[in-house]
Amino acid sequence: MRAPSGQDIVAGDVLLAVENVSLAFGGIKAVSGVSFDIRKGEIRAIIGPNGAGKTSLLNVINGFYHPQQGRIIFKGKPRSAMRPYEAALGGIARTFQNVALFKGMTALDNIMAGRTLKMRRGFFWQLLRVGPALAEEIEQRHRVEEIIDFLKIQHVRKIQVGKLPYGLQKRVELGRALAMEPDLLLPDEPMAGMNLEEKEDMCRFILDVNAHYGTTIALIEHDMGVVMDLSERVLVLDHGIKIADGSPAAVQADQAVIDAYLGLSH
Amino acid sequence: MASEPARADTFPKLLMRNARAYAGRPAYRHKDLGIWQVWTWAQVLDEVRAFSVGLRELGLERDDKVAIVGSNRPRLYWAMCAAQALGAVPVPIYADSVAEEMAYILEHAEVTIAVVEDQEQVDKLLSIADRLPRLSFVLYDEPRGLRDYDHQRLRWIADVQKLGRDSLAADAQGLQRWEAAVAAGRGEDLAVMLYTSGTTGRPKGVMLTFDNLVISAVNGNKFDSLGPDEEVVAYLPLAWVGDHVFSYAQPFTAGFCVNCPESPETVSEDRREIGTTYAFAPPRIYENLITLTMVRMEDAGRLKRNMFHYFIAVARRWGEKILNREKVPLHGRFLYWLGERLVYGPLKNRLGVSRIRLAYTAGEAIGPEIFRFWRSLGVNLKQLYGQTEASVYITAQPDGEIYADTVGKPNIGVDIKVAENGEVLFKSPGVFAGYYKDPQKTAETKTRDGWVHTGDAGFIDTKTGHLKIIDRAKDVGRLNDGSLLAPKYIENKLKFYPNIREAVVYGDKRDFVCAMLNIDLTAVGNWAERNNIVYGSYQELAGHPRVYDMLAEHVEEVNRSLAEEEAMAGARIRRFLILHKELDADDGEVTRTQKVRRGFVAERYAPLITALYSGAREADISTEVTFEDGRKGMLSARIKIRDVRTVPVQAMEKAA
Repeated sequence: MRAPSGQDIVAGDVLLAVENVSLAFGGIKAVSGVSFDIRKGEIRAIIGPNGAGKTSLLNVINGFYHPQQGRIIFKGKPRSAMRPYEAALGGIARTFQNVALFKGMTALDNIMAGRTLKMRRGFFWQLLRVGPALAEEIEQRHRVEEIIDFLKIQHVRKIQVGKLPYGLQKRVELGRALAMEPDLLLPDEPMAGMNLEEKEDMCRFILDVNAHYGTTIALIEHDMGVVMDLSERVLVLDHGIKIADGSPAAVQADQAVIDAYLGLSH
Repeated sequence: MASEPARADTFPKLLMRNARAYAGRPAYRHKDLGIWQVWTWAQVLDEVRAFSVGLRELGLERDDKVAIVGSNRPRLYWAMCAAQALGAVPVPIYADSVAEEMAYILEHAEVTIAVVEDQEQVDKLLSIADRLPRLSFVLYDEPRGLRDYDHQRLRWIADVQKLGRDSLAADAQGLQRWEAAVAAGRGEDLAVMLYTSGTTGRPKGVMLTFDNLVISAVNGNKFDSLGPDEEVVAYLPLAWVGDHVFSYAQPFTAGFCVNCPESPETVSEDRREIGTTYAFAPPRIYENLITLTMVRMEDAGRLKRNMFHYFIAVARRWGEKILNREKVPLHGRFLYWLGERLVYGPLKNRLGVSRIRLAYTAGEAIGPEIFRFWRSLGVNLKQLYGQTEASVYITAQPDGEIYADTVGKPNIGVDIKVAENGEVLFKSPGVFAGYYKDPQKTAETKTRDGWVHTGDAGFIDTKTGHLKIIDRAKDVGRLNDGSLLAPKYIENKLKFYPNIREAVVYGDKRDFVCAMLNIDLTAVGNWAERNNIVYGSYQELAGHPRVYDMLAEHVEEVNRSLAEEEAMAGARIRRFLILHKELDADDGEVTRTQKVRRGFVAERYAPLITALYSGAREADISTEVTFEDGRKGMLSARIKIRDVRTVPVQAMEKAA
């Protein structure tokens, strides 16, 4: 299920590079002059205290915001201003800090929605559900069932996601992102609001996604502890500025990072 | 049929018979990626044969032991038959055992190959592998996450089957050799070793022969007229004798189909899709389903709720009589017919029991209310009394002779007797060969002339001729004033309330009776929601004063019912408390089959017991808890103790 577009990039190569990016909303600088890269196949973490600009940076990566300064190089090509669905077509998927699922739809339908970009038949074909459209539906459903099996959510397949506990909703959202078969997955605070057991499950799934599908993952976290076990390299932001970048151990020992975290009541 | 079992006296032989007699009929189903996959008996023979030859290629020999660890999946059942075909012995192990427990069994049973479900179990086995020099291979069914593991001692089952198929293709004599190995198996050979979790001490390996299992299963089929058309859903632990008989021995002997659920969480949905005809469950499951239904009905609209309660009352009045083919007046029949259309039918469909012909409950006493509820809906729920040492069957209720408080009559071929101290003994074709490597324990349990001590106290009811079980023989005690105390009898009365999940009663050699209770989070949590009671954790809810009030009422009701029974009147509950955590198998407080280990609980919560008998209003307790991954932590709480009225007998008499 590895995305074919990923094959021309050797593991360890830079998948995405952010070069000197700045983003401001009016007078407020959300991100200023940040540069870093994400390598193919790694689990990269972006951490920082509340309001450090993590989500803004993520929105820049997935094309929701366009930076006023700097550029983004994705799969070796500088990227022009694009819309989020173009980023999605290019192989970038994300999950949201506050779960953004279709609450009235079942878990299955939500994940099927993630396959929309992979569907070749148009709206009317799909409405008719015959011939090639039916064959396509069956094929897509098979892919979705693999994801359901992977995330162990068989038991909620036909339940409206609005009725599910939060931890499971997060898992369904991850499933929808996976359904896009992304090259780069961007989970925004995947563990936020979870209890210890749910956090451990989610960690496990993130590691499994990385190992099984070979997906490159750049996750945003606010909780340092979670990140240390998961990622190989950690980028630390504070007030929109990069204050550290390196291995979890190195970052943890960095005085600037300690100050940034201790400076806030946490 | 009668002569068949004589020839086909082992499971591999039965498989070959079924592949001829029922070749195109479904033998196994497994829901995978949302779709039911089916294997016919002929296909199962092919799968098992390939697996078996593959095992031989890995070096498995006669009398070797093969551990089976995981949930109910076709390939794990096939692994049992594949091992048996070579004369090796499967040893199913509870999948939720922690690594330490597993290490003990693997070592004690001298296991050489382990067949497990997935990465979780592989990790567990690898963590103890260096202590198990005999263990040569670990085989897994679900390859996810295992791709990058060192495969020196690790194999995917599909690869082992391929090994077997290649070997059969390359060797012209291969098939014949395998069939000869199957033919060499005899009825008196060891078929399986089932480690009983036991309420005390180390687990014991119960050795059962093919004769034990095959004859018991055939007798069981005859007792309930089970044929090749039944459908069972396999969802109980593989290591439990019940599953081994109901989902392995009986399907093999009767030729019916075993359905493996998609995941442990989807069992009820899967049961609904399959429409199971023959079911087996411990009382807990029947209770949970009713609790869940009742809770949901409380949330339903007024019209639906009223309709439900009205027709449930109709069912209580007439349902059981109709099921027992008693005389029922016409208007009763009409109302029940209407209820079936409006309430019972949809409810049974929801619960997945629309097609049920026979449902058994065993393992613990079932609440009479729960029992009657199911029967009143038209579900033929019956009670059974059995043990691992008996290959399940000791007694069961024949159709038409159903009582809420008995466990039935001896099964075909079973003799029972009650010893002077009240202990029940039995003798049957299913009597186990012995405990593995423990002749002393074997001799303690099995007399020289073949009678087996059950360890349960009971008596034959003179009215019905059925056996009644009151408690474990060793647990029946006396209060200081000489009154009889059967703790389990009282615990069961308490547990019949949906709000009480578990109860532990003390009083032997004491002045009065005390109880420690666990609330049922589903029932009490829902009640709290409806009554706007806010709680942050199980512990907080358990300690809530209004929860105490509610449970105190339940305890008083139990006291009232105890007071009505002369023999039990002295054992009314004086004080109780609600525990801050659920009793858990990982902490050793209940067995893997969810039976409370009363003595161990008493030791663990000694400060609470002291407080119960000292008259204190509250007590502090700090206990170690084990998380699912084996880590430990401490849990502390201050627990309140309540006094309850014991309802003086005199007052009752006056009122009467």
